[in-house]
Amino acid sequence: MFDDFFIRALVAGIGIAFVTGPLGCFVVWRRLSYFGDTLAHSALLGVTMAYTFDLNIAISVFLISSVIALILIQLQKKTNLPGDALLGLLAHSSLAVGLVVIGFLTFIRFDIMGLLFGDILAVNTDDLFVIWTGGALILIVLKLIWKPLLASTVNYELAEAEGLNPDRAKAIFTILMAAVIAISIKMVGLLLITGMLIIPAAMARNISDSPQKMVLFSIIGGLLSVILGLYSSLEFNTSSGPSIIAAALILFILSLFKIKQSIKLKN
Amino acid sequence: MNSNSNILVKLNNAGFRQSEKWLVEGVSLTVEKGKIVTLIGPNGSGKSTTAKIALGIYKNIEGSVEKYTTKVGYVPQKISIDWTLPIRVYDFMLLTETIEDSAIDEALSLTGVIHLKNKNLGSLSGGEFQRVLIARAISKKPELLVLDEPVQGVDYTGEIALYELIKKISDTLNCGILLISHDLHMVMSATDHVICLNGHVCCSGSPSYVAKNNEYKALFGEKASQILTTYEHKHDHVHSDEGEIKKN
Repeated sequence: MFDDFFIRALVAGIGIAFVTGPLGCFVVWRRLSYFGDTLAHSALLGVTMAYTFDLNIAISVFLISSVIALILIQLQKKTNLPGDALLGLLAHSSLAVGLVVIGFLTFIRFDIMGLLFGDILAVNTDDLFVIWTGGALILIVLKLIWKPLLASTVNYELAEAEGLNPDRAKAIFTILMAAVIAISIKMVGLLLITGMLIIPAAMARNISDSPQKMVLFSIIGGLLSVILGLYSSLEFNTSSGPSIIAAALILFILSLFKIKQSIKLKN
Repeated sequence: MNSNSNILVKLNNAGFRQSEKWLVEGVSLTVEKGKIVTLIGPNGSGKSTTAKIALGIYKNIEGSVEKYTTKVGYVPQKISIDWTLPIRVYDFMLLTETIEDSAIDEALSLTGVIHLKNKNLGSLSGGEFQRVLIARAISKKPELLVLDEPVQGVDYTGEIALYELIKKISDTLNCGILLISHDLHMVMSATDHVICLNGHVCCSGSPSYVAKNNEYKALFGEKASQILTTYEHKHDHVHSDEGEIKKN
């Protein structure tokens, strides 16, 4: 069944959408889109490491992204630079270092376009295993930290005062972010992963009235984007990542009409 | 049972410093079951900071905090709900603890906002939001209730009703309350212990003691010390030995 590259890509994409849906909601709620971008940029370094030391790409990206996240947290504590400057610093320097390292690895042929924008041809059955088991693990952990994470998103002090340990939830969530980037990099590409997190969630915000509904619609939006995007990628011979994100954008635009309607109803 | 088992939270000479500036220092206080302790003081006197020390929100403090309960309800002074998070009053009630629907309805009815149950939190007025905050804190049936200016933005009649509710909750749930309030009338009428702060503890004791204290007069003015007497003249109910309120 998984012999066909297109079926593999579809199964991989569906697995990714299940995970990016709920995580993307938290990215939007907690204003972490640039944080996600930074981790994704640093993923290039993870990919080069995987090739150099012959490691699994997902595991290598996960490790590097986690390290970058830790460095970021330390820098936030120890310097007075504003958060966005630190994110920019880490994002672009890790991307640059990644590209420089690629320059040195002349013995390997890199498909840079595939790394940046995703490549459905690159998805093999091992990747499917990584995406679905990794994805299931991410969702289980997210379910476990859901209450403290949501409570501290609403108000950190409330969560802390009522004994929910928001700092631990935040640290775990950071690791989950690194993990979701690791499992989706081959498919979506490192420049577009944040789009996969944010756009379906933003679309879901326009049509939801509770956190749970937003998560549900965000998953549905992600699934539709993957299916529509991959079919059009096949049809028009375009890169998989951009096609999926473009499909998500169309869904987002459609969701704006729902907002317009509800504003009209109110007036 | 010794008397210590009634203690819910105890601050020993506690203080908190933020970038070399003391927000508050040298505060000792005890909140016991069924008692209301009130913090008063001017803006920036460290009332909210003291509450946050008691709650364990601030970690690197001077002195020590002993906390003997984990069942805490907190009404923070400020909360802003980001538009990106769609959340109804109902979802907010379940934010930190899973409670039964009947308990949610009861708490929302007590604070008079049951009709807002399915409304979006962002669409509430300031006073409505405060009522929801109080409802959320009491619906958990906490042992320790920390209320940081709980009735800000609530209309005058609502304010009185809510303060009566708070007093009633302390009696029925037998929970300890740490209250921050600007309303000296309320402070003087329903409180067991008043702590007057101004970066440190200016004076503390029973309401009548504090009202006569010179430091209190210096902070709040001569008029404020007359509030107690004014209040006593207005008394329209008495407290029986069992703690019940009887109307005159």
